[in-house]
Amino acid sequence: MRRYVVIWFRHLKTDWMVRRQPQLKDVPFVMAAPERGRIVIKAANAVAQQKGIDVDMVVADCRAVLPSLQVYDDKAELADKLLNGLAEWCLRYTPVIAIDKPGCLILNVSGCPHLWGGEKLYLNDIVTKLRGFGYDVRAAIADTIGAAWAVCHYGTVSPIVAPCHQQEVLLPLPPAALRLDAPALERLEKLGLYRIADFITMPRKALRRRFGEMILTRLDQALGCEFETLKPIHPAEPYQERLLSPEPIRTATGIEIALKQLLERLCRRLVNEEMGLRKCVFKCYRVDGIVQQVEIGTNRPSRNVMHLFKLFELKIATIAPALGIEVFTIDAPTVEAIAPAQDALWNFNEGGNGTAIGELLDRIAGKLGANTIHRYLPDEHYWPERAIKIASSLSEQPQADWETHKPRPIHLLRRPETIEVTVPMPDYPPMLFIYKGELHHISKADGPERIEQEWWLQHGVYRDYYCVEDNKGARYWLFRAGSYEQGNPQWFIHGFFA
Amino acid sequence: MQRPRKGSEQTLDTGLWEVEKAFPDQVFPLGAVHEFISNAREHAAATNGFMAGLLGRVVKKGTAVWVSNKRTIYPPALKNYGIEPDRIIFIDLWKQKDVLWAIEEALKCDAVAVVVGELSELSFTESRRLQLAVEHSKVTGFIHRYAPKNENITACVSRWKISALASSVNGIALPGVGFSRWNVQLVKVRNGKPGSWQVEWAAGHFRNIARPTFSITETIKQKAG
Repeated sequence: MRRYVVIWFRHLKTDWMVRRQPQLKDVPFVMAAPERGRIVIKAANAVAQQKGIDVDMVVADCRAVLPSLQVYDDKAELADKLLNGLAEWCLRYTPVIAIDKPGCLILNVSGCPHLWGGEKLYLNDIVTKLRGFGYDVRAAIADTIGAAWAVCHYGTVSPIVAPCHQQEVLLPLPPAALRLDAPALERLEKLGLYRIADFITMPRKALRRRFGEMILTRLDQALGCEFETLKPIHPAEPYQERLLSPEPIRTATGIEIALKQLLERLCRRLVNEEMGLRKCVFKCYRVDGIVQQVEIGTNRPSRNVMHLFKLFELKIATIAPALGIEVFTIDAPTVEAIAPAQDALWNFNEGGNGTAIGELLDRIAGKLGANTIHRYLPDEHYWPERAIKIASSLSEQPQADWETHKPRPIHLLRRPETIEVTVPMPDYPPMLFIYKGELHHISKADGPERIEQEWWLQHGVYRDYYCVEDNKGARYWLFRAGSYEQGNPQWFIHGFFA
Repeated sequence: MQRPRKGSEQTLDTGLWEVEKAFPDQVFPLGAVHEFISNAREHAAATNGFMAGLLGRVVKKGTAVWVSNKRTIYPPALKNYGIEPDRIIFIDLWKQKDVLWAIEEALKCDAVAVVVGELSELSFTESRRLQLAVEHSKVTGFIHRYAPKNENITACVSRWKISALASSVNGIALPGVGFSRWNVQLVKVRNGKPGSWQVEWAAGHFRNIARPTFSITETIKQKAG
């Protein structure tokens, strides 16, 4: 014996808006989106509906009727997202839930209501809780989805249809309660068939000929003569494992054993699903109710128990067990598919041992922070400071070639430092310069290499770079900012050549 | 310090035949930690240049990790030394303790070809740890100590001092700056002969510059005698 509950969210989107912005509660507002060059209402709240504004009207017309009407942008996927969330929330009532767009949830509740003490209390619980969230809902329970849907939307007497009594309940309802399409409804109305009772006794052949196959199917489904299938939702199972300890654990060894067991279980599941984790949280629930947790991250998806254990090992010392730990949990909030192609970068490495390097970097990032690890790629800029960019990932490949035409120093100062120079004449390299109080006589020089400012990024004067060698054999990279014609330019040292 | 077993280490063709003669079996030892010491910024740049030249030979076969505090290296310049700069992973740290930890971890990872560490102080115990790490993993380590307080004894296989020399093109006085030229001093080498050479980096190769006379070994002998 099957029983179904249908929950109808009458103002799903607008109720959600009110939940987020409570000041909208008593204000007429609508959610609208452009459609064929007009802004059309997609959802209107109860206050607006009382004023005669409804879905599918044009916003401009409604503004004429009600100038105080507030209009918000409609998000197309919002209803689906909300229904999905609500369906997952409803899993506490029954394991089989389907979404019926727009705005309905269908619950197969066979064998569930007695746990709440009967259908009345069960339905009451669902409706009160959802109304408590601020959603305007109606719900009904019946033997068939069709009957529950009809009573939910059009019923006036009781939301509970007693087993095998769906026919009596359906008779006074309008034909729209049968979930028919618009042309069939229009034709029924034209013929004066305002209630299901008016046509339910008509010969099936006549009904099929005048209103199509649909009306018979829907009637059979509502009466229970034909079975209607559901497509239940499958909520994603979180990557989580828990371990209960029979006695509170207080030692580091105990924690390590628990951690290892949990990691083994988690990794077994990851292996089965071809996934790897990027982030992992290990939580210890203490006897005194305090939760201690440590977290690790990895550079590339990993499901290597030993490696993950090593990452955690560095942090186990920070867990204070106090009186003991009762429950351990581990979850992986971020998981990614492990693609075999990811090893491509490291294939130049003999043996293709990229995982080992990834794991080394994980250990370093785990202990010292991920911002300490850098890898550089060439960037297409002449300005020396901008010629490199930090690679966003270990597998990112350079998009340009490394420039080697022009001399570049092996040491570059983070910021150019001022020097004092003696220059024989403009555009000549200096004869001598003083850097940090030390005098350098220049014996050889190359240059200038002029590098202009990239005006689309930054304003300022150009730089004339000289590669110079002093009489002791040391080589420097100097530059003059600007020219002598525009006043007194500053000289800087920017790097050291090998 | 035992002499490593013959054949237990890989070798490297540095293009520096004269320098390699100083090492036991006349080969540049890989799978060991080399120490470089510099005291001035100019010489630090020269040291990094020479190191990069050596690195280019080794990294061809793998990945390099460059651990440093106060890093000044400019990655695009490394391309001139035969290294793809995007294949080097730089780890920038502040604390000496962390630098040592990271170097040791990297040296233990046998997927890495070379680990370069830039720091100033390295005690004997710390260097011994690094040496023990590479004996298992066969990773090569270059430790560049810039301006150390004292040049203490370490367990490294060699100690180098590189200083910049004036460049010249075959002794002809041409204008402009020539190829990088260094005075390479091998101050200490385990089971080998210390010495001093003049080396030039020209067109992607090391080149030994023939010098008239004088070498460190002679001065040491003179002192000893």
